[in-house]
Amino acid sequence: MIEFSIFAFAAFLLLVITLWKRKSPAVLRELPALKRLYRAIGVSVEDGTRLHISLGQGGLLNAQGGSALAGLAALRIIAERTSVSDKPPVASSGDPLLGLLTQDTLQAGYHAAGVDELYAPTSGRITGLGPFGFAAGAMPISANENISANIMLGHFGAEAGLLVEASERESVPVIGVSDNLAGQAILFAASQEPLIGEELFAAGAYIGAGASHTASLTVQDILRLLIVLVLLGGAFLKLAGMI
Amino acid sequence: MRILTAVIAIAVGLLVLLGYFFPQIVYLQTIQALLLNWAMLMLAAATLVGVINLASVHFNKIRRREKDNLFSALLVVFLFGALIFGIIFKPGDAMTRLMLNGLILPVESALMALLAVTLLYAGVRLLRRRADFTSLVFLATAVLVLIGSATLPFGNIPILTDLSLWVKQTLAVGGARGILIGVALGALLTGLRVLFGADRPYGGN
Repeated sequence: MIEFSIFAFAAFLLLVITLWKRKSPAVLRELPALKRLYRAIGVSVEDGTRLHISLGQGGLLNAQGGSALAGLAALRIIAERTSVSDKPPVASSGDPLLGLLTQDTLQAGYHAAGVDELYAPTSGRITGLGPFGFAAGAMPISANENISANIMLGHFGAEAGLLVEASERESVPVIGVSDNLAGQAILFAASQEPLIGEELFAAGAYIGAGASHTASLTVQDILRLLIVLVLLGGAFLKLAGMI
Repeated sequence: MRILTAVIAIAVGLLVLLGYFFPQIVYLQTIQALLLNWAMLMLAAATLVGVINLASVHFNKIRRREKDNLFSALLVVFLFGALIFGIIFKPGDAMTRLMLNGLILPVESALMALLAVTLLYAGVRLLRRRADFTSLVFLATAVLVLIGSATLPFGNIPILTDLSLWVKQTLAVGGARGILIGVALGALLTGLRVLFGADRPYGGN
């Protein structure tokens, strides 16, 4: 019942704050990495280079589904903004279902930009199944496809190190974040502007995905504050010998 | 059509979710199990589509004579070779297992070994790329934990071993929990957006 109550409370907050955010402009704190991502989208259109968006190998039928969906939401906006470029974006993933949704999302981005005819199904790729198969398949993209930035949003484990290394060799900047602690540590060490954990879910709000994304950030902040209060309260009660 | 796909996706999502929240309602459990079984079937079909996608990407590279197309040719040959091999000998056969143990596992182990070197190099480059306080703390912690965990030729240094244990069991666990709570909240809200139809990563929306 506690789980359902948290879910219902979060749903209620999200609905109310989304309606509120539609009327007032979003004020977001500065995250250099996401600012860089926003700039990379513009640069790729202007100088005719490609963006590589990698969504990792998180499946949709397990706990990594959230990060996969957050990556897809960001991909939708990036595809819409860069589809008119001479070199449209390439998206890679390491899970079959995520791969299908990647293609669908890219196609939706092209449709929204009014350039359906430019969409190529091979721009959404399943580069391999399993962590190292996925990394081995995605590594050559930086070298062979005129990539200006590697954007890694999703579930990456230690194999993220191989992808980052391949990017570094071609002097392609990496903007990356993972919901996995090993992948997160590697991306923290390897990127110029690090993103940490939950900032994966903020990407959509920072690149203009809409009111529901900015409302999500506010709800996350409220829930986090409540969790902090519960933890502190629990620690205090334990210290006082009341529990 | 787009509205129909959204209605189906939201309804299925809600039914599966309610099955988790109310395990005592048998009817919901039955529906949840049925829907998850369908999802597993679709996953199998999606895997086949994924393999076709992978093959078509590399066929295109070979056809256009793109850079590194030799590797693409090798991939296609081994992909179909492994497929035919698996169909003839079946997945449980000793020959198929030999192929897995003799080819795939050594390649993955090699990539893992390469990763160890890559990570060491990334650590060294970190200070050149971003010489700030957090990078210093990150590197100092990594070095401390490595020295504290490794077997040194002159014997372990007790204070470093204790400090390393404290960092791993107290600081690192606290930090990891903080990150995981943030990720869980983000995943919850992302799921809610999909359930409300605000994000629709399906049906070309």
